[in-house]
Amino acid sequence: MFDIDVWQEIFATIRKNKLRTFLTGFSVAWGIFMLMILLGSGNGLQNGVRTQFASNSVNMMWLWAGETSMPYQGLKEGRSVKFNNADYTFLKGMNQDLEQVSSRFYLPGNIVYTYKNEYGTFETSSCHPSLKLMGNMKVTSGRFINDLDINDYRKVIVIGDNVRLALFKDVDPLGEYINLNNVPFKVVGVIHDKGRRNDDERTSYIPISTAQRIFNGADRVHTFAVTTKMVTTVEEADSITADVRKAMALRHNFDPKDKRAMGSFNLLAMYIRTMKIFQAIKIFVWIIGIGTLIAGIVGVSNIMLILVKERTREIGIRKAIGATPGSVIGLVLLESILITTVAGYIGLLFGIGLMEAVNYGLEQAIGSGEGERIFFRNPTVDFTTAITAMVILIVSGALAGYLPARKAANVKPIEALRND
Amino acid sequence: MIQIRDLHKSYEMGHNSLHVLKGLHLDIEEGEFVSIMGSSGSGKSTLLNILGILDDYDRGTYYLGGKLIQGLNETKAALTRNEMIGFIFQSFNLISFKNAMENVALPLYYQKISRKKRNQIALEYLDRLGLKEWAHHLPSELSGGQKQRVAIARALISQPRIILADEPTGALDSATSLEVMEILKEINDQGKTVILVTHEHDIAAMTKKIIKLKDGVIEEVIKNGELLAFKNRVSTE
Repeated sequence: MFDIDVWQEIFATIRKNKLRTFLTGFSVAWGIFMLMILLGSGNGLQNGVRTQFASNSVNMMWLWAGETSMPYQGLKEGRSVKFNNADYTFLKGMNQDLEQVSSRFYLPGNIVYTYKNEYGTFETSSCHPSLKLMGNMKVTSGRFINDLDINDYRKVIVIGDNVRLALFKDVDPLGEYINLNNVPFKVVGVIHDKGRRNDDERTSYIPISTAQRIFNGADRVHTFAVTTKMVTTVEEADSITADVRKAMALRHNFDPKDKRAMGSFNLLAMYIRTMKIFQAIKIFVWIIGIGTLIAGIVGVSNIMLILVKERTREIGIRKAIGATPGSVIGLVLLESILITTVAGYIGLLFGIGLMEAVNYGLEQAIGSGEGERIFFRNPTVDFTTAITAMVILIVSGALAGYLPARKAANVKPIEALRND
Repeated sequence: MIQIRDLHKSYEMGHNSLHVLKGLHLDIEEGEFVSIMGSSGSGKSTLLNILGILDDYDRGTYYLGGKLIQGLNETKAALTRNEMIGFIFQSFNLISFKNAMENVALPLYYQKISRKKRNQIALEYLDRLGLKEWAHHLPSELSGGQKQRVAIARALISQPRIILADEPTGALDSATSLEVMEILKEINDQGKTVILVTHEHDIAAMTKKIIKLKDGVIEEVIKNGELLAFKNRVSTE
């Protein structure tokens, strides 16, 4: 079936019908090309959005205190909710739902940093050591805040890379002291927060216990950043949020449904929802792509039918001199598979080529720093998808050829050879 | 060689059934040179198709070389055709995009003989028919007589037991017709059974036996010795 004669016969008929073969092949190539473009774009959008999420762990959740907006158990609305260190201990204890907990106390007003003759105003945040585990923070030199810093109320600071550039220039900042509103802090580390936008490297971190003590915070906490257990469904993520809200509502006497009393945001729920949308988009893309492909295949099938009709006489001759139905079917089927596979492969190459070119352009833009906010990254199709598309092509080529091949096999030599 | 008993064949034409062969008896021995004659509608094409296993029949028996040919599936029929029968057609029926040699070699392709070997055999046969230098020409570059000779070579290459020729001279002028008949006669002289269908009396007269069909049965069988009488009768008609 796969010897050189079969191929010679197929190429002879293709040569005889160049334009028709081209047009047929084109419809298949176009179908695959569109499928690749659509899939690539879908992937690009998904990768882009995933990159945006990547500035934090996707399973992060934030809680912030507010003011009640609903009366609860005889208490009026308008009370302000205040978090404290006990809440931190409590949240840390909820370990079936939560993994890491860090609390934050906002420093009042603008903090002026001074080092020798240099000074500037920078954003300062207070935290627990676990904050490092939640984001994509990278300590480029020294270390991050640790438990000893918290317990001993150490006056230490981890500065952002921009702060280092502004104050220290070429001097190694580790071990140096900078003054925050005239309180000296020892620099123990420099961080580079790669997931975030450039301005966030202006943020520096001090231990929350130190912040509360120096800036008159008592045991007040403004926000919590936590990571939740990794779950896969929106329902599970939402139920974690609900559990945390319920527990906190009980501790602070507010209605769990009162969104203004305690704000909460569960990134994981949003992440899962977003990824679900992309899954839906992907299914949609496949449906459209396969639809386009079917149009192409119907075209191939149609052409092959005409071809069989035109070749009725030839098939009749072949059968008269001993061609078995199997060999006739093989001839038509192989031609159909050949046209769809070759044309499809060309479409595949063009589609992948275009997406790679777009990707190259995007990489250039991202590399030059313009691409930070591009919601479109790596719009390429992976190897498995390409292989899947290829298999679909071969199968569809066989399908397209099947009907005409059956028709060819049923050609009656008598009718085909009737003198007309 | 061929033994046909009480052969019936009818075609469905919409709601009507057309009874073409009505209980035909026919015996053809090995090495005979037979022509089948008859007006259109007499059933001669139908008989030829059944003889060539291109069509099935309804009732009766057909033995070809001692083998009952009945209800064969397509694959078996194709193999039997390939092995037993060589076809020659009025319109030559060469494959237009294959050259003379490839056309001749085609039956051997279906016998799964290697390309090199079958092309070599095809060249031998073309040589025997005086067409060696035309081996690499396409059918469109050949004359009618040459095309028919290529077709004869193709019919012979699988070394069949019988040659079936359907109006082999129908598309040729009289000189070329004569030439083709000479070739068929030679083939017959070498011991092959040759059966041809024709409606031309002078062509039929060149064979050794004439079977006249009328309305689905054999009307008359004219044997060798009576051919002269047949010729005279035809010329007076």
